[in-house]
Amino acid sequence: MVQFTLPKNSKIGKGKVFAKPEGAVNVKEFRIYRWNPEDGQNPRIDTYYVDLDDCGPMVLDALLKIKDEQDPTLTFRRSCREGVCGSCSMNIDGTNTLACTKAIDEIKGAVKVYPLPHMKVVKDLIPDLTNFYAQHASIAPFLKTDTPAPETEWPQSREDRAKLDGLYECILCASCSTSCPSYWWNEDRYLGPAILLQAYRWIIDSRDEATGERLDNLEDPFRLYRCHTILNCTKTCPKSLNPAEAIANIKRLLIERRY
Amino acid sequence: MRMQTPMRTPLKQARGLGTTSGGAVHFWRQRITGLANVPLTVFFLFSMVFLAGADHAAVVSYFSHPIPALLMMLFVIASAWHMMLGFQVIIEDYIHHEGMKVLALVGNILFTAFFGLTCIFAIVKLSLGG
Repeated sequence: MVQFTLPKNSKIGKGKVFAKPEGAVNVKEFRIYRWNPEDGQNPRIDTYYVDLDDCGPMVLDALLKIKDEQDPTLTFRRSCREGVCGSCSMNIDGTNTLACTKAIDEIKGAVKVYPLPHMKVVKDLIPDLTNFYAQHASIAPFLKTDTPAPETEWPQSREDRAKLDGLYECILCASCSTSCPSYWWNEDRYLGPAILLQAYRWIIDSRDEATGERLDNLEDPFRLYRCHTILNCTKTCPKSLNPAEAIANIKRLLIERRY
Repeated sequence: MRMQTPMRTPLKQARGLGTTSGGAVHFWRQRITGLANVPLTVFFLFSMVFLAGADHAAVVSYFSHPIPALLMMLFVIASAWHMMLGFQVIIEDYIHHEGMKVLALVGNILFTAFFGLTCIFAIVKLSLGG
């Protein structure tokens, strides 16, 4: 059966409470998931206090401030700090999102920060996305053509280009896939919303000549049809994309070519 | 979970045993039976209300007409089929032990067949005079 409770070595214990910044008026509490693979301990929740009058507006700003000033061992991924790279995806205030675009003042009470759900943790807020990236590679996320490439570019009408809007913006942060219960239970066989959105992005690209082959690769009870339109993916996407719609469109095309 | 097998590349694991080229038919049938069940359930509820408190002879008389008998059979077939398809999805979602899964999938088919045929038999018996 699917494991519904946390395994023994993943049960979360109480962690350290760091001192409040002296003289600060506007203080926000941050409760952050910590786990170190090297100390043999269970995960714990550490508590930090951040002076918001001396901090940027986003959760990532606070995490960086904590790492810089209070606890250099706090570990997380980040790069662009503007919602373009997808590195700092994590579970903040109960929702998967990007720490760099999530405003602190949107959150009432203590800010709870966890790694993306149901993934193996590398350390602290860093999930192991190896399988996720391999699944992305498995859908061949690049233009496939048999016709020899033209001397300039592959032409595409404005209408066909517009079909890629709402798809090309995906930054593969994995927020949607790791919010999906179907992905939690069957992440080894179900491709998950992010990868299916990416797959659809190539299926409807007017320049791509491998459309049928791409659909063949998705027509499977597990790869595609584990999607039960739960819609957590669309609700959580920090880029406001709609993976559920992309999946529904793939299902529609699979029916369309059959009948 | 069949992940993180040592000495195999992540791509090898992501591709797994490949596609079955199936699933679309299952999806389609689930939708069709679901759609069929909308009017058929209305008919079923109407029949139950209509026959509430009726004696055996009245029920036999109701099902001796071909239309109610056929609609009731269609209701049973569509519901049982829909149930089987739905249970299959739940089994595939949650049961990961291969042996248990196969057992549950076979049990699902046999239970549905038994349940469906029992209902059909009852309707045929009623429509032929009880």
